[in-house]
Amino acid sequence: MLARLLAMLALLGAAAPPAPFAIARPGAAFAFPRDHGAHPEYRTEWWYVTGWIDGPGGTHRGFQVTFFRTATGLAADDPSAFAPRQILFAHAALSDPAVGHLLHGERIAREALGLARASRADADVAIDDWTLRRLPDGRFVTHVAGDGFALDLAFRPTQPVLAQGDHGYSRKGPDPRDASRYYSVPHLAVSGSVTEQGSVTTVTGNAWLDREWSSTYLMPGAVGWDWTGLNFDDGGALMAFRIRGADGGTLWAGGTWRAPDGASTVLGPHDVAFTARHRWRSAGTGAAYPVDPLLRIRLPGGVRTLPLAPLFPDQELDGRAGGSPVYWEGAVTTPGARGYLELTGYAGPLKL
Amino acid sequence: MTAAWRAATAPRWMIAGEWHAHPVRIATAVIAIAIGVALGFAVHLVNASALDRFARGLATVNGGADLRIETTSRQGIGENLYPRIARLPGIAAASPVVVLHARIGGMPVDLLGLDALRAAQVTPTLLPRPGAGDPMAVFDPQSLFLSHAALAGHRVGERIIVVVDGRAQSFTIAGSLPGAQARALGMIDIAAAQSRFARLGTIDRIDLKLAHGADTGRIRATLNAALPPGAILAGTADDADRTDALSRAYRVNLDMLALVALLTGAFLVYSAQALSVARRGPHFALLRVLGADRRMVTGQVLAEGLVFGVIGAAVGIGLGLGIAMLVLRLVGGDLGSGYFSAGDVPPLVFAPGAAAGFAALGIATALIGSLVPARTAARIAPAVALKNLGDAIDPRRTPAILPAVSLAGVGVAAALMPAVGGIALFGYLSIGLLLAGGVAAMPWLARALLAPLARRHFVSPAIELAVRRLWGAPSQAAVALSGIVASVGLMIAMAVMVASFRGSVDEWLGQILPADLYLTAGGDAPFDPTAQRALAGVAGVRHVVFSVQRPIALAPDRPALALVVRPDAASAYPSLGRRIAAPPGRIGIGVSEPAARLYQLAPGATVALPLGGHRVLAFVTGIFRDYARQAGAIAIDSTTYDQLTGDTHRGDAAIDIRPGADPATVIAAIHRRLPPLIADTIQILPVAALRQRALAIFDRSFAITYGLEAVAILVGLAGVAATASAQTMARTREFGMLRHLGVTRRQIVAMLGIEGALLGLVGGIAGVGLGCGVAQVLIRVINPQSFNWTMDTRTPLGLLAGVVLALIVASAITAMLAGRSAVSVDAVRAVREDW
Repeated sequence: MLARLLAMLALLGAAAPPAPFAIARPGAAFAFPRDHGAHPEYRTEWWYVTGWIDGPGGTHRGFQVTFFRTATGLAADDPSAFAPRQILFAHAALSDPAVGHLLHGERIAREALGLARASRADADVAIDDWTLRRLPDGRFVTHVAGDGFALDLAFRPTQPVLAQGDHGYSRKGPDPRDASRYYSVPHLAVSGSVTEQGSVTTVTGNAWLDREWSSTYLMPGAVGWDWTGLNFDDGGALMAFRIRGADGGTLWAGGTWRAPDGASTVLGPHDVAFTARHRWRSAGTGAAYPVDPLLRIRLPGGVRTLPLAPLFPDQELDGRAGGSPVYWEGAVTTPGARGYLELTGYAGPLKL
Repeated sequence: MTAAWRAATAPRWMIAGEWHAHPVRIATAVIAIAIGVALGFAVHLVNASALDRFARGLATVNGGADLRIETTSRQGIGENLYPRIARLPGIAAASPVVVLHARIGGMPVDLLGLDALRAAQVTPTLLPRPGAGDPMAVFDPQSLFLSHAALAGHRVGERIIVVVDGRAQSFTIAGSLPGAQARALGMIDIAAAQSRFARLGTIDRIDLKLAHGADTGRIRATLNAALPPGAILAGTADDADRTDALSRAYRVNLDMLALVALLTGAFLVYSAQALSVARRGPHFALLRVLGADRRMVTGQVLAEGLVFGVIGAAVGIGLGLGIAMLVLRLVGGDLGSGYFSAGDVPPLVFAPGAAAGFAALGIATALIGSLVPARTAARIAPAVALKNLGDAIDPRRTPAILPAVSLAGVGVAAALMPAVGGIALFGYLSIGLLLAGGVAAMPWLARALLAPLARRHFVSPAIELAVRRLWGAPSQAAVALSGIVASVGLMIAMAVMVASFRGSVDEWLGQILPADLYLTAGGDAPFDPTAQRALAGVAGVRHVVFSVQRPIALAPDRPALALVVRPDAASAYPSLGRRIAAPPGRIGIGVSEPAARLYQLAPGATVALPLGGHRVLAFVTGIFRDYARQAGAIAIDSTTYDQLTGDTHRGDAAIDIRPGADPATVIAAIHRRLPPLIADTIQILPVAALRQRALAIFDRSFAITYGLEAVAILVGLAGVAATASAQTMARTREFGMLRHLGVTRRQIVAMLGIEGALLGLVGGIAGVGLGCGVAQVLIRVINPQSFNWTMDTRTPLGLLAGVVLALIVASAITAMLAGRSAVSVDAVRAVREDW
């Protein structure tokens, strides 16, 4: 039942008319902490933390904590505290190579009576006991718990906010209206504890926060995207994505490279190329994911080639039992950097 | 002669012989057992089926949550309780629900306002399935999802009007409720339920899913501590209790009546077996002479009883199944009692365990009935019995009355015992003991009643002979009478009780229905103050008293009481016993008799009522009689209630019309004045029609009881006929002797008729007396203990006289009919039968 509802929610983007929702436009600067908070006038929004956590004895694990907000476009004037204007859902996953597949969990609820909420003032989203919020000292903290694992982590920013695209206006297609408002916070210093199968370990690590809101994310004809966010050991940060069509070809691409000295380079559709090397086929869903693509970016100094390698191949998040779409969200490394790779729309066209 | 022959052949030929010789008598005994088994089993089956359906219906609406927090009244619970509860440790998920009693096209529908995302985790069976199109429909305030039963021919996509308490709102049917097809159930979004039906800020239920492995006891304690007044905790066990409590007393009553039918069967078996043993004295003597020991003779008679029992039980189970199917089809699953107002016929739920149980009861009954005759047969002295066929008791000895008095005494003592778990077990035991006492008193009573006649000498030899015969053979008379007395006693008891009940209900209806017209919205409350004023202003209306019934729960394991809100509530109903004025500043309430007994309330007591989100202490001023609401009712004054709750809606009105106004015209004017949507759902009845309808419901609820009575009469009369004819046939030699002495055939037949009439008279008088005693147990013990109401005794004298007369005539005629064939035998041959 929950599965069906989530599947329904996944269809939102395709079904609802865009008219009542705000459109991402260029030329507006971010205002913090306000923009850490929710933007309910846009249809879709997420708080997306991915990262590496390092435990005692040199063990490395990956994790993902994501809160999504979806506006229904319904009940705008409904005086009820239960008025179904916003639906929140969240995914969390732990990538442990010793396990060999993702441990994951999810939550979903309508925003009502404080049990599920997304503050408009600052980062403060919660669904029941799952939370992600920003403390007065600037750290983000989260608590999530899924089947066999729990994360209690704090993320301390060590670098300024990285506005994506044109000062936060990130185009997703040739039509200027196919765009999002988008910023990232790379190089978050991770501290806290991870519970896995009942055993608690104190961890450190580094993570990446993506904040994005939009009403028209996927252009017509798009089936999914490849995305990566990489924290370089020298302090550099790279975000790159491409939007894929049904034939696997690139419909749009983009990204941002921020050098260790803080100078940013915006990458256009012709500056980013993902080339698949091996494909890992999921026994569960049958989807074949290019889990170790060769990423090439064109920088002013020349083309940089980054061979990505997954922490382990099976980092597919098969949320079908919980009603979520199927996607691959995994910890990856490349020489001199580590980060996350996201592959969506491989088990069927993604509808957000 | 081998042992095997002795064990099998002798019993077989004797049973077969008996069946050939006296088929009617044996058939009567078997039928009595069959009827007892059938009734017990049928009542059990019908009720189990209805309970099953009702419980399923309830479970459907409740969606199968682990625990539920429910409102105790229609005011609901403040919605802020929901996040507080949801955050408590041990609660895996919580789903808030608004419960609305809606009407869609006149059909009542349970309409739930749900948050589909929360319901998905707690009560997945309540989840809607959107039709084709927009999947967002589950959240859309315009969407309505209907179960198959509620859909009633409408189609997905149609616009439809939903009326809740007089408020009409239009919805689009957006899909179905696959988890609740048989129940008339609807689902809308919780926000729509709140904002479109004026329920902002409140919910009625919080469904809870407990964390895996959580300690339920501890969570219950935590929850109970967190609950505000106006909310109670309920689980599936409480549902079962509540459902069971609804009809338990009624069901147990019918089951007990069935057992009583079995008891009558036992007496009939006893009577048949005793006569048969007496008549077959020489047979048993012969068996003994041929080498059978006493145990074998006892076994022989018991084996006969076993055969009766097995056949009776088998027929009874089949018959019971048939009756149950028929009753479910014709009367409905509530046996006409109105406890389960489910629309359609519930499917029959066969219960093999119950079938085995009732069959065993039937067989045990037959064995118990045969026990005394079996021992008598074993004690037969072969030498005497082979020669003599007479009454074993010396006619000069007065029969003992002490055993009967002791039985009756214990019976009376049992009647004084309290109920066991809400069931009047000792009351039923008392009835059984009184019946046994009555039967045991028969030889003595027959003597006492015949004594005045026996002292006289009659000119007519027929009368003289008849009286002497009965006087001289008291135990044979008693055997013949036992079945009659038992069945007549029960029948009279039921008749007196039902007459008393109906009379009391009739009187009560007169007290509570003083107005000319009664308007009811069938449980809804569509009249706000504006509508009330409009109604009072209709031409021809002199005065209107508005009232409303709201459910109010005082205990989680009991069905909700009815809170009757009306002006002058404390004095509107005549009080049973004393009435105390409420102290100044206190809220006075009247409580109904069932409520007073269920919750141990007396005038002067204090009750905490959950009203308007508070616990309001109310003072009981008096107790009023109420046969309508078995779970109890509390009457509270309108003004007080309005102040406490702000709920000014009303659903019922008692309307006095102006002198000379035509009721039909006034009714039509009221209908015209109301908005069409409300006018369609209300009913206005003149007081006479309402009273008639109430009594019709009463009669329907006792239809099964009347049926049982009719069966008891038929079995009783059949028993009389069979016994009389058997005794007559056994006396062929005696008639031959009389013929030799010069008594004419006509005189013998007349003698038999008079004997029969006297037997009928004695049985009738004893049965009526016994019945009146048992009726008092029913009226003063069984009813108050089972249903928590009392009634005034009314004696249906006409019926009592009629029963006695019918008995006299029936036994006289059957005796004469049997006698005519007995005396037609040649006198010489008849005497020579004396071997």
